Amino acid sequence: MAFERALRCRECGREYPLNPIYSCEFCFGPLEVAYDYDGIRQAVSRDAIAAGPSTLWRYAHFLPCDPQFKVDIGTGYTPLIRADRLAKAVGLDTLWLKNDTVNPSWSFKDRVVSVAIARAREFGFEAMACASTGNLANAVAAHSAAAGMDCYVFIPNDLEQGKVVGSAIYRPTLVMVEGSYDDVNRLCTELSMEYPWAFVNINVRPYYAEGSRTLGFEVAEQLGWRTPDHVVAPMASGSLFTKIWKGFQEFHKVGLIDEPRTRMSGAQAAGCSPIATAYEAGTLNFIPQKPRTIARSLAIGNPADGYYALKQMQETHGGAAMATDEEIVEGIKLLAETEGVFAETAGGVTVACLRKLVESGFIRRDEETVAFITGAGLKTVEAVVDAVDQPLRVPARTDEFAAALSARRGAPVGASAGA
Amino acid sequence: MAVKVKIPTPLRSLTNNLDQVPAQGETLREVVLALDGSYPGMRERILDDGGEIRRFVNVYVNGEDVRFLKGLATVLGEGDEISIVPAVAGG
Ligand SMILES: Cc1ncc(COP(=O)(O)O)c(C=O)c1O
Ligand SMILES: [Zn+2]
Repeated sequence: MAFERALRCRECGREYPLNPIYSCEFCFGPLEVAYDYDGIRQAVSRDAIAAGPSTLWRYAHFLPCDPQFKVDIGTGYTPLIRADRLAKAVGLDTLWLKNDTVNPSWSFKDRVVSVAIARAREFGFEAMACASTGNLANAVAAHSAAAGMDCYVFIPNDLEQGKVVGSAIYRPTLVMVEGSYDDVNRLCTELSMEYPWAFVNINVRPYYAEGSRTLGFEVAEQLGWRTPDHVVAPMASGSLFTKIWKGFQEFHKVGLIDEPRTRMSGAQAAGCSPIATAYEAGTLNFIPQKPRTIARSLAIGNPADGYYALKQMQETHGGAAMATDEEIVEGIKLLAETEGVFAETAGGVTVACLRKLVESGFIRRDEETVAFITGAGLKTVEAVVDAVDQPLRVPARTDEFAAALSARRGAPVGASAGA
Repeated sequence: MAVKVKIPTPLRSLTNNLDQVPAQGETLREVVLALDGSYPGMRERILDDGGEIRRFVNVYVNGEDVRFLKGLATVLGEGDEISIVPAVAGG
């Protein structure tokens, strides 16, 4: 049963049929899927969802695509982990991590692609494509491979090796564009008007974007059908950040949870902070930037959903923060050392910004907070390779090991020292 | 100045489906007004009520976002290529 009803312009409200289009013909505003929420309300219940598959398809009634076209490689329903050691380190009573590093291509982008590719197949597209800062490319390439579809992924030319190989291995046509993500995005927007491909974040973007709501759904369900006091999530284009909140609101709209009162705060890298900078300046109009940050996954200087992200901060009494490259590395390390979760740079941005928002008192100690960790650390090893302890190098002899260990610790230790 | 303007799909209904049209103007603003002369309705689609570029329209001159140049006051050169592209999110 499908409950998507139409595409609606977020700016002027004009409605369009459910086609592969993304922009209002009149005002250029982004088109968003409109649903029959009464229909969804009647179709869903807490019990039915809880009995569903352990993937994002447990929320199929909320997704604007026909599950018969799905490409299911196990995306979604990732762990929500109680993070007491990190909570203590940053100064919070209760902190949860939504660990989305464990998706099939190791980032939350598998969620948006799950919806986009199902819808694209329903439309009859034979090839998938995307403009990507890296993670989306990995997700599109993986899902296209599983579906046996042609795939064209476009990335900027400064990405980490893990992101490049992490796409190439699935054998798409991988295109490295001279320039930043914003150049890639402009090129692909123009290409989308000439090639008959489903560009997940362009011509099928209205469907794609809806996939991120499943992060909001899952957190609400995993907390026992309620929402937290505060959310901290990373922002590139700002889409994910706005869709988590939309997920909370929709769960309320269909009667699954009480009205959400969550304060929504966003995290950016200082070297690419158009949204956080506009927040600090108290305006809804961001100024685009030329990115210079190790957080390549978040390096979008011209964030298309920046305006909505800023409005949402205002509406929910949330805020934004930004992290320098050093703070990002510290954030990645702190998360790994306290919770055993190894995140890529976006996770470092999120943890560093969480810490700043708590330190400044913007997030109060007693606010139950969920931090979204959206991509896995092995994708961006370059960021931390010089910041981790070097291994002890020893011959295979117990005395050599004991000597090396006491040298590292600055005092005799271990079995031989006590013997 | 004679420039080339690439027209995005949503505006092609105004240009008889042409994906690229020539235009004249010293600045980007003049080009938008000239386009409106040739293809009535263009101005209100690209500019908002205050006469500024709409929030979800990106305009590029030779590949550079005009917000890094002088916006509508950007001075154009002979043969410059102007692209009008809807903003799209993702990453
Ligand atoms: C790991 C990771 N987290 C967060 C984001 C932010 O996504 P959005 O563009 O929806 O703000 C991205 C975008 O590429 C990403 O790769
Ligand atoms: Zn509109």
